[in-house]
Amino acid sequence: MTVVIDRSAPTAAKTSPVSAAAKARGPAYVTGLYKPRQPIYPKLVHGRWRAIKWALLIATLTIYYVTPWIRWERPGTLPDQAVLVDFEGRRFYFFWIQLWPQEVYFLTGLLVLAALALFLSNALFGRLWCGYSCPQTVWTDLFIHVERLFEGDRNARMRLDAAPWSLNKAWRKIGKHAVWLGIAFGTGGAWIFYFHDAPTLIRTFWIGQGPLTGYIFCALLTFTTYVFAGFMREQVCIYMCPWPRIQGAMLDEHSLQVTYRYDRGEPRGPHKKGADWTGRGDCVDCAQCVTACPMGIDIRNGPQLECINCGLCIDACDEIMVRVGRPTGLIAFDTDAAVEARNEGRPAIYKLLRPRTVFYGVALAAVSGAMAWGFSVRTTLDLHVLRDRNPVFVRLHDGAVRNGYTLKIVNRSFEDETVIVGFEGPAGARIKTPAAASSGTSLTVVAPANEVRALRVFVTLPPQALSAPNLPASFVVRTSKAEARAQTTFLSGVANTP
Amino acid sequence: MSKRESDEVTGVETTGHEWDGIRELDNPLPRWWLWVFYASIAVAAVYWVLMPSWPGLTGYSKGILGQSDREAVVGELQALTAVRGAQAARLRTASLEEIERDPELQAYAQAVGQSVFGDNCATCHGTGGIGAKGYANLRDDVWLWGGELADIHRTIQVGVRSGGADARFSQMPAFGRDQMLTPAQVDDLTEFVVALSHRPADVAAVRRAAPVYVAQCVACHGVKGLGDQKQGAPNLTDQEWLYGSGRQAIHDQIWNGQGGVMPAWKDRFDPETLKALAVYIHANAGGR
Repeated sequence: MTVVIDRSAPTAAKTSPVSAAAKARGPAYVTGLYKPRQPIYPKLVHGRWRAIKWALLIATLTIYYVTPWIRWERPGTLPDQAVLVDFEGRRFYFFWIQLWPQEVYFLTGLLVLAALALFLSNALFGRLWCGYSCPQTVWTDLFIHVERLFEGDRNARMRLDAAPWSLNKAWRKIGKHAVWLGIAFGTGGAWIFYFHDAPTLIRTFWIGQGPLTGYIFCALLTFTTYVFAGFMREQVCIYMCPWPRIQGAMLDEHSLQVTYRYDRGEPRGPHKKGADWTGRGDCVDCAQCVTACPMGIDIRNGPQLECINCGLCIDACDEIMVRVGRPTGLIAFDTDAAVEARNEGRPAIYKLLRPRTVFYGVALAAVSGAMAWGFSVRTTLDLHVLRDRNPVFVRLHDGAVRNGYTLKIVNRSFEDETVIVGFEGPAGARIKTPAAASSGTSLTVVAPANEVRALRVFVTLPPQALSAPNLPASFVVRTSKAEARAQTTFLSGVANTP
Repeated sequence: MSKRESDEVTGVETTGHEWDGIRELDNPLPRWWLWVFYASIAVAAVYWVLMPSWPGLTGYSKGILGQSDREAVVGELQALTAVRGAQAARLRTASLEEIERDPELQAYAQAVGQSVFGDNCATCHGTGGIGAKGYANLRDDVWLWGGELADIHRTIQVGVRSGGADARFSQMPAFGRDQMLTPAQVDDLTEFVVALSHRPADVAAVRRAAPVYVAQCVACHGVKGLGDQKQGAPNLTDQEWLYGSGRQAIHDQIWNGQGGVMPAWKDRFDPETLKALAVYIHANAGGR
């Protein structure tokens, strides 16, 4: 929605700020960019899912903060950081793996794998990613925890926010924001360690000698962490993230997700201790599931876009169920189909194996297999051939024809390699580099460690070998350990015969 | 001043202008636009003080920042020279052969050579260096003045018929135009040259031309027509022809005795550039 500003009548603005048409549409039309945020004060719960969330929070944050500090010895002047995206050296290091920019398809494959894993987990168990491991969720959870430390739980916070400003309120608010900013800065600060040598950067950063991009990205992530986890929270999920929209296509009635079992819960209503349970549902309408929800929704309204499947309402409800002496699991990971079946008196059937999940599973296995295969046949030696295009060929004094090529010999190993370059094509071919004293059928060069050696090579074919305008050929490079081949063409300069 | 009219829909005064019943409302400028306009004026005032702006009779106001694009370019060129310094120094001291054998120096010479060649040599020899009629092909294995590194280096420095005292110089006489030979003798000689390059020719004419060739051509082109790179005399037995391989082209060359001019480059480039250029041309012609 937009605010209507009628630019045709600024002089009359005092009496008539909006057009008649806007007035007719009612006041909602002029309220603002989007619905005002209703503050959410999620209540702390205890239970199985909360415990899992704590564990995952600690695990994921530990991985995030610790990873850049893991060392991994590499030869020579190469960085000794286990995980490093080295933009300056144009390398990606991951423990024993070193990827070159040309191999970015491995990262693409990883992203495809991640997407398929997300689809599969979503089809089976709903939005587990959103509820447990999405950075937005994890950092928001952490920020809410800090908030509780300073301002107390739900009720205390609501009272504090409603109260007039006082010294007590001020120090709690200031303390909370200070810690938030500290965490946010730590988040941005840890991020940049993935792109530079961490022990070096942590020294140069403070004395103003770090790289400019380091400061920029640190500031950027400090800002986004502070704003996203501190203020925007569930709005990021509801308004910014595309995944809640996409998940609609991934879920079906057999997906396990946080579900209110209305077959058991309805009709709901308050329950006096000792009163009879017959003829009514187990839901005592205590609204503990609503107060626990970090997204501010009522799970009893059924599956909804805002629900991140975190299961905190399950813990909240179970606590009440135990207290009122009813079985737990009124809210639980369940499927729409099962709830509906029970509601209609049929036995609930759980189908984890469905065409959808089988397809995602097979696709996941296929891509993983392809990646594993690609990685297993990956060699440290590679070859690319660039044909000279100006001139495309040169005729020599005796009618022989010469083509020029630039070979890019890629040596991804950490040692200098002696490489034998061969040419496979029409008989009688002679190859040489400019510096070689004479031509031969192969040549031997040294490819420096961890570099690309550009090598000018000339191939000469005698007149009798020039049988067609285009002669298919290929270059082969061999070391004692590996071999690489690249196809190319020899242009003979012979006219096309019809 | 006439009475201002108001638009009945909006209540805004009009400018009084009307085109085909369309009247223009006299709205004030948008406030944001006005502020941007004032801000631009303020920026301009600051700019006058900081940057060169006002022309004078003998110069211009320099501005307190002392900005000068000309000096900036000079500074950048110096920085570039400093960056290249180490490589350039090695290029200066290394021999041509050493440059060609060292992969690093070779790559540097190749890059410098390609750039300089494109700016200076490509006009005649083509960007790919394959030349054209009357302009030597620098990519093949046929050389008028020698294809060794030192030969190429020297040719670039002194040029061909460039007018310098040490220039490469050769003179193919205009046998026909200057009436040194009769038209019939030139015709016969054409057949003789065709035969030299292993192509079918009129045997009688070749026989008639033999003594003429011995008398007029042997001094430069040699008994077997293999030419002489010391004199810049082309080899007549191979398949490379500077002015064309056909009978008419060969006849024209005997008749007119053309010779091209290549400038001397030694005073235009520093020694390392000349070396780089020589290595570049030599390497792209296949090297040794």
